[in-house]
Formats: sequence, C-alpha cells, structure tokens
Amino acid sequence: MKSVRKSPIETPRQVGQHKRKSTGWLSINLLLHREALGTSFRRLLLTPFTSAMAIIVMAIALSLAGSFYVLVNNAQQLVDNLQTGKQFSLFLHEYISDKQAAKLAQRLQDYEGVANVVLISKQQALAEFQQYSGFGAALNALESNPLPAVIQVFPTQEISEAYQLTKLLEQAKNEQEVDFAQIDMDWVVRLQTMMQIANQLVMLISGLLAVAVVFITGNTIRLELQTRRDEVVVEKLVGATNIFICLPFLYSGFWFGFIAGCCAWCIISLMLFMLSSPITHLSMLYQSQFQLHFMNFTESMSLIVGASMLGVLGALAIVSHQIRLLKPE
Amino acid sequence: MLSFDHVFKRYADAGDTLSDLSFHLDKGEMAFLTGHSGAGKSTLLKLVAIIERCTRGQILVDGQNICRMHDRQVPFLRRKLGLIFQDYKLLFDRTVFDNIALPLIVAGVGRHEVARRVRAALDKVGLLGKENKYPLALSGGEQQRIGIARAVVNKPALILADEPTGNLDPQLSAEIMRLFEQFKQVGVTVLVATHDIELVTKLDHRVLQLDHGTLIKHPL
Repeated sequence: MKSVRKSPIETPRQVGQHKRKSTGWLSINLLLHREALGTSFRRLLLTPFTSAMAIIVMAIALSLAGSFYVLVNNAQQLVDNLQTGKQFSLFLHEYISDKQAAKLAQRLQDYEGVANVVLISKQQALAEFQQYSGFGAALNALESNPLPAVIQVFPTQEISEAYQLTKLLEQAKNEQEVDFAQIDMDWVVRLQTMMQIANQLVMLISGLLAVAVVFITGNTIRLELQTRRDEVVVEKLVGATNIFICLPFLYSGFWFGFIAGCCAWCIISLMLFMLSSPITHLSMLYQSQFQLHFMNFTESMSLIVGASMLGVLGALAIVSHQIRLLKPE
Repeated sequence: MLSFDHVFKRYADAGDTLSDLSFHLDKGEMAFLTGHSGAGKSTLLKLVAIIERCTRGQILVDGQNICRMHDRQVPFLRRKLGLIFQDYKLLFDRTVFDNIALPLIVAGVGRHEVARRVRAALDKVGLLGKENKYPLALSGGEQQRIGIARAVVNKPALILADEPTGNLDPQLSAEIMRLFEQFKQVGVTVLVATHDIELVTKLDHRVLQLDHGTLIKHPL
C-alpha cells in the first residue's frame, strides 16, 4: 500500500485511497491467495488435456512409490508376525546330568533379555522322540539314552533385531555345558535383513520418483509461464509485485500435486483391492490369518499433502528463477 | 513532479542513447516529448518507469530518487504512474472490465471499489457500457482509450504516454489529446512522446525536443 500519495488534488482520489488504506495488510494477502487459488484452478481447466497428461504421469509416479511402500509395509507385518516364534535351542553335552542342566537353566533365566527357558531333560527328550519319531522300538534296543538334554531359550520382546539375538546366543553358547546352539528361526532373521534392504529400496525409489514429480510440475509450469508471458509483462507494467505474479503459478503447482496425490491414492487403493482377495486366499492355504493392509488415514494424508508440497516445490523452482527474467520489453 | 538531473543512459553496444538530460515538470504540467526516431524518446520514458535503469544522474518522481530504487520497490513506483503504449498492451483474453481493473487488482483493491472505479474510468474515456466486450471487438481508437482508462484507473500523479496516437487518424488523435488535457486540468502531470509535429504545434504545451539523446535548447 505504498501507492498512497500525500497531496492528491481531487477529493475523490483521497476518498478512494483512504478506503484502500483501511483494507489492511492481512485481508489484502488473504484476498490475493483466494484469487490465486481460484485463478489457478480455472487455468487448469482451460487446458484440460495438458493438465490431465501432467497429472496422470505424476499420479503414476506417486502410486508406484506409494504401492511399493504399502507392499513392503505388509511384508514387514508378515515377518513381524513370524518373529513371535523367535527362539533358540541349546544342546548340552551328553555327559551333563539333569541336575547340572537344571542349574544352567536357572543361570540362563537370569540373563538379560531372556524371557523364559524350558528344560527338556534327557528322559523327556527320549519320551518325546519315542512318541513322535516312530523309532520307539529301535531306541528300546539301545543300552543308554543317546539324546542330549536341550534348553529352549525364549528372548524378551526387546530382543527384536537380529544382532541382539545373535549376541544373546553367543553369550549362552559360551557356557561350558553347551555343546552347540541352534537358532530355530534363522531364516526369519535373514528375512528381516532383507526387509531392511527392501525398506531402504522403497526410500530410494520414492526419493527418485519425488524428484520426477517435482520436475514434471516444474516443466508444466514453465510451459504455462511461457504462454502467459504477455500477461506477466502487462501485470509487471501496472505495478504487480513478484509475489502477485508468482502466486497463481505456485497454486497451479499445488493443484497439480494435490490432484495427482488423490489420483495416486485411488490407484493404490484399486491395486490393493484387486490384490486383496487372491492374497487372502493364499494366506488361507498357509493357515494364516494374514490380510492385506490398506493405507491408514495418516499414510493417505501424507501421500496427498506430500504430493501437494512437491507440486508447489516444482512450481517454485521454475517460477522464482524465470520471473526475474521476464521483463517488460 | 518529475525532474531529470544530468541523466545519462548508455547501452553497452550502442553507446550513449541519452546524454546529460536535465529538465523539470511541475505538478499538473503537460508536455510533449518529440524528436526523430531513435532520438531516445522511448528510452527516456522507460527510465521513469524503471523498465530501464539510468547509467548516471538523478531522476526524481514525486521527490523520490528512483535511480537507486530497489527492485522490490519498483512495483510500488509503477502504481503511481499511468503508462500508455503505442501498441496498447491489452490482454485479449480478458474483457474490457478485467483489463482496466488490472492495476487495482494488483494493488489489492476490494471488489466493490474496483467495480466503481473501473466504471468511472470508462466513463471518463467515453466507453461506458462496453465493460463486457473483448478488446478485439473494438476499434483501434477504442482500444487505445481502454489503454488510457487502465492507465488512469489508479488515479496516477504522472501519466507517461509513448506514441499514444501512432496508430490513429488525426481526428482520433485529437480526441485522445483532449483526454490528456482533461487529466492535466485535475492536476495530473502528463508527458506524451510523439513524432506527430502537426499535433504538437496545434496544442499549446511545453515541448521537450530530443536530438540524438540530448535536449535541444529552443525547440521548434
């Protein structure tokens, strides 16, 4: 509102300026934003084909990143479920008596990170083996019990990472009564490591696709800026600030990102919907209760808000640079 | 209102386009800026609107030295000016109303006030009732009057016109000049660049004549 002059000659001018002065900085800015929001949306509709093409490409990029994320997230949950059975077994030397074994079990119980230990004595082992293996008669023929005592160790919930489990295992293995140790769920640990890699891969791919979205928006806005060159020049000549000129373009970027984000959400949901029934069927075949998880509210919002921000960022990158180059004459 | 004090403008490739210009225009004064093509008329006007920056010297608009003005302040200076162009510089995808309203929208004037002042400006140039037409549906003279309405809608203190009648016949040119004289009457400073000597001699206003970038002491 610096256009206010001190000494205008005619009275109507003074009246007009007084009114403008009282409009206030905030309401002018709000008006500016509201105008820009509307203007940019109308511009979007003015070139439906160009807009749609850019939005579809952006939506595909976003849905790729989003669906990777959702699938890895689902796989992670599957792996986490499997890990509830995480444990290891310590096979004791054959000469260790049941009494010594019970003492060891007591010691292990006091280990940090151990939730529970179960001692399977030589006799129990033999009984189980006779019962389940079908070699009962053959075992009866043996003079002594060939089976060692076994201690099953169940770690606490805090032991969730592979390295923690391995550390606990190494510690237990150093007990002199222990002959050898075995992680029953070795493959789960490997799977978890793979999941970490997958998670990082999702991050990398999402990052790349986000960059792609920024550039797609930037390019679309650049074309729009070129077609509106005359308009920008005239606006500059009648005293438009750079903010005033840039805002509609930034909002265009916002609309591109926002609509593409919503489209991506629909695409991901549709993909998951189509996958959910065969996956439920597959998990039933494995007697599993596993069900495909859709995006929750926070994840959906992050997708749409994130996409909008990428759109604005793309517009900002182009407009802030180009607006200074566009000069009258 | 407008004063030049030893102003130079030099282009890297063309040398001095304006050299050692000094003059002063009072509030409510109307003047013609004449000279052959390439004498520097347009350049002079561009310096005032900061479309170009002067190389040396001082230009005061309303007491404010604009030569060292920061880029961020330029829009606020331009809101004090009414710029009129030979090619009108209208936006053809917008109605007459929207074209004239642009300086007000840009300055953040409220909708109600915009409508009122656009109509007042249209009334002044005699085109009331054509708000909803598109510029291409109007004649050249009418288009220029829209350009003038856009220039005065903000109630500027200084009007700069660059060959405003360059594309118009003598009768329309005379009408446009009468409009400028009306603005002068209400205290607006008007500077009109033109090479139409006939028009200049018919009207009794001060004349600044440029010759190869310098002012001639006793013009015409």
